[in-house]
Amino acid sequence: MDQLVDKYAAKLVSAGLSAGTGDARPIVGGLDDVLVWNRKAREIQVLEKVFQGLAINSLVFLRPRPPLDRIIQFLSDHALKTNGLIQPKDCETRTFLHDLPVVDKFCPSKIIQALQKRKSVIIAPAEDDPDFPGPAIIAHGNVSPEQGFVSVSSVVFACFVKFFTDYLELLQRGVAGQNYHDLFDKLVPDLVSQPLNVPLLMKGPFETEEQVYAGIVQAGRKTVEYGLVDSYFGNISYCRDNILYISQTGSSLDELEGCIDPVPLDGSSSAGLTASSELTAHLKTISQTQCQTILHGHPRFSVILSMDCDPQKKNACAYKNQCHIKCPEKRFINQVPIVPGEVGTGPTGLCNTLPNAFAHSDSVIVYGHGLFTIGKNDFSGTFANLLDVETKCRISYFNKVRLLRSKN
Amino acid sequence: MIKTPFSYIDKIMYGWTGKILHIDLSREQIEVETPGLDFYRQTIGGKGMGGFYLGQCANLAWDHPDMVVCLFTGPLVGTISPTSGRAHLVSKSPLTNLVGDSSVGGKLATQLKRAGWDGIVITGKSSSPIGIEIHNSQIKFCRADHLWGLDTHRVHKSRTPGKAGLACIGPGGENGVRFASITIDQHHSAGRAGLGLSFGVKNLKYLLVSGRGRTRVKDPKGLKEARQDIIRLTAASPALMGQYGFSSLGTGAVYDLMDNRRMMPTDNFRSTWFEHAASLNANAYSKTCSPDRYGCKGCHILCKKMGTKDNQRVAMPEFETMSHFTALIGCRDRDLVIEANNLCNRLGMDTISAASTLACRREITGEDFTRQTLLSFLNDMAMNQGEGKLLKKGSLAYASAMGQPETAMAVKAMELPAYDPRGAYGMALGYALSTRGGCHLRAYPISHEIFRKPVATDRFSFSGKARIIKIAEDLNAVIDSLTACKFIFFAAGLEEYAKAYTAVTGLETSAQDLISIGESIYYNERILNYVNGFDSKDDDLPKRFFKESGSSGNQIQIPPIDRKSFLRARAKYYDIRGLDAEGRPLKEKAEKLGLSWTSL
Repeated sequence: MDQLVDKYAAKLVSAGLSAGTGDARPIVGGLDDVLVWNRKAREIQVLEKVFQGLAINSLVFLRPRPPLDRIIQFLSDHALKTNGLIQPKDCETRTFLHDLPVVDKFCPSKIIQALQKRKSVIIAPAEDDPDFPGPAIIAHGNVSPEQGFVSVSSVVFACFVKFFTDYLELLQRGVAGQNYHDLFDKLVPDLVSQPLNVPLLMKGPFETEEQVYAGIVQAGRKTVEYGLVDSYFGNISYCRDNILYISQTGSSLDELEGCIDPVPLDGSSSAGLTASSELTAHLKTISQTQCQTILHGHPRFSVILSMDCDPQKKNACAYKNQCHIKCPEKRFINQVPIVPGEVGTGPTGLCNTLPNAFAHSDSVIVYGHGLFTIGKNDFSGTFANLLDVETKCRISYFNKVRLLRSKN
Repeated sequence: MIKTPFSYIDKIMYGWTGKILHIDLSREQIEVETPGLDFYRQTIGGKGMGGFYLGQCANLAWDHPDMVVCLFTGPLVGTISPTSGRAHLVSKSPLTNLVGDSSVGGKLATQLKRAGWDGIVITGKSSSPIGIEIHNSQIKFCRADHLWGLDTHRVHKSRTPGKAGLACIGPGGENGVRFASITIDQHHSAGRAGLGLSFGVKNLKYLLVSGRGRTRVKDPKGLKEARQDIIRLTAASPALMGQYGFSSLGTGAVYDLMDNRRMMPTDNFRSTWFEHAASLNANAYSKTCSPDRYGCKGCHILCKKMGTKDNQRVAMPEFETMSHFTALIGCRDRDLVIEANNLCNRLGMDTISAASTLACRREITGEDFTRQTLLSFLNDMAMNQGEGKLLKKGSLAYASAMGQPETAMAVKAMELPAYDPRGAYGMALGYALSTRGGCHLRAYPISHEIFRKPVATDRFSFSGKARIIKIAEDLNAVIDSLTACKFIFFAAGLEEYAKAYTAVTGLETSAQDLISIGESIYYNERILNYVNGFDSKDDDLPKRFFKESGSSGNQIQIPPIDRKSFLRARAKYYDIRGLDAEGRPLKEKAEKLGLSWTSL
């Protein structure tokens, strides 16, 4: 447990979600017969009471680093004025978190009450509360601190996507309040950065199984390093000699050693039982496009723009509350198609929409979910596509906002 | 025929029917109990309710006429909540003398609920073979002399249940097989713990149930939302709905995984890798038998597979059967596995215990099985003839009688399933501590140690496992009380099921509230076992696992389990569970959980 609490505290820092020094560092606790923490902190007094009130074995406490803290505080303030819930519409929240409860005090009873029902809770006291500078996110697990790590990083992602999606929609409707403008203006300096260079990746074709594993591990790590995916979501595959090598379900793209399943294309083995949820989408795509590599990340602005829809048009749409599964429009961002579809293999699963969309593009965005790219025999082009689409989406987003604000 | 007075119910109850049927086979009489809402809140249904009634007679022998055999549904049964078509059987196990219980599928639970009953408590003993037929409020005792001796398929054919649910025993349950099963709707089994013999000792051949009622749901919109959340999560689960998941290939999909992870019990657990596994996997069955999807009422996963062999429709073996009737006993004949599976189902015997007992015999005698001897031994067990007279008592009784008790790969006399504990240390702890003996389902650590859900844990470490096992046991006690299917919890969680429970019953609850009830239900089982003399001496694994290595390879090392680490983890578990150092329940803890201590 000691190793695990240290590991996930460090991962929150390396993912850029938390400060690495000072009082704002993450706090991670793990409980078997005794409770261990990654560090000493005054918050632990309250967190220990949370442990006592729940049948759990781990807790993660995160103070999101700026500017993420501002976004979360902003959404939380709104939530506390209504039903106490932040309700993002991205795929991760919809599928795994459902909604994000918010409480206004760092007290055990309120935290326990929220965590009895949900995987996470946001604590967002009034900004001038001297006892507890907010906001913070707490998430629990009953198996490993990894669960809390995944939940808090998903909360941060969902809040980020929600703020920028909401802002764009409000601008389009001409009703964005000054508070939205103010926060957006504060956030912009942290978000406008120089385009990143494409990293040098292993050259294909990969001749041996060892090279395949090494190539996947390297590309996965770079995807995380470049901030193109959050927590453990995302997946990656390489096809060689009628075997699809694919990341396992719930594996972190930056820790893929030992987490890649070889899946024979002829179906002769079911060892792919633990493969990514998107195995079927990968297999269909490989079959229909003759590509050898697939990379799937959750770059933020690709996800944000995928949910951008003309408010008037949306209001008149018969599927306005089911955009993620039934959007009837053929939509594109810079020639990159956007398709509806949920995680996995259900009737509304993205395995039914994604493979066909690759017929005319090497990149496809899934509504509110993420970006898939394909490549020939190594990950250089696949990764470059992922980065390029996200960069263009970010530029498009800010251009759109600029234009709309100039009109308002 | 007896008609029950339905006017007993004086208030509307949602989810539950509010009525429990008590059947006394000695007197062929019934009573209707209408417990208050507090009882339902505290026990939920299924396992929780069965445990309550077993607690009333825990110190009786398993074959005492006053011993109960309980069949309980849960509040979600008969609703659109996914996997809501299950029930739970509870009695004292003839195999282990412990709490003996089994989750059952098919349509029996749905029909029982529709008939207006939350559950049935059967006591007494009929003087001659009997059947119970329930249609709504009408209960009929039927002579079953003409069915006695028939296998389960013939009973099914004879009773032609149609839409009704049918539970029956075969010759195994009639002739004293300690691991006799109860067959539900021809193709589903209450396999473990020997509950078929619990039926048999009461001369109860079958139970036929049908009804036309509907489960009342307080908040249909809320239930629909909960259902959508659960369905969405199962669609995202490769183990359930993926191309190689249970829905597609059945539980046999696990076979390749166990081979790949070097934890397939082979040659009576003397090794953990079977060289012929690749030709005996789910894909091989698919190619030859073209199985289709089949499953329990109220389930969209449909993990059961029905195939065609020799122009006959046959049930495909489940994973445990596939593994134990091949690797464990040294068999390479796929057709023989299908045949043995079919024979066990017809005779009414648990395939895990049957195969494991035969594996034990193979190790002791050194004799391999031929097709003929294998089928013959199975038949002899059920018919109580020849060597079957001893084999029918299970591996521990057999091995002890042969002077080699250490060759019985069992915990608390129940044979181990097809996950070698040297390949998953949470599984090792889960086996040893399970309240029903060698069972993988009480804590189901395979979920995180192999399937990576909700996240992956280190399968070769005891670190953190004591508390993980305790929490999982409580969780699974809730699942068996809601009478949902454990498989769906590879994807969904109590977070989603608590929402369904609240929507159905109208009782506001949370995942953590339910877990607290689960803790009480599980602790009750520790108490019931302690009453029967069980403690830490029984919470252990066969010595082989601490002394012999498994089959390392594929860059995976399978050393023996370190006994000191195992004992340390077990001691931590006792502490976390609120037991004393010898694994015995404590009065203070029991009272804190609202459990009766005076009966001890």
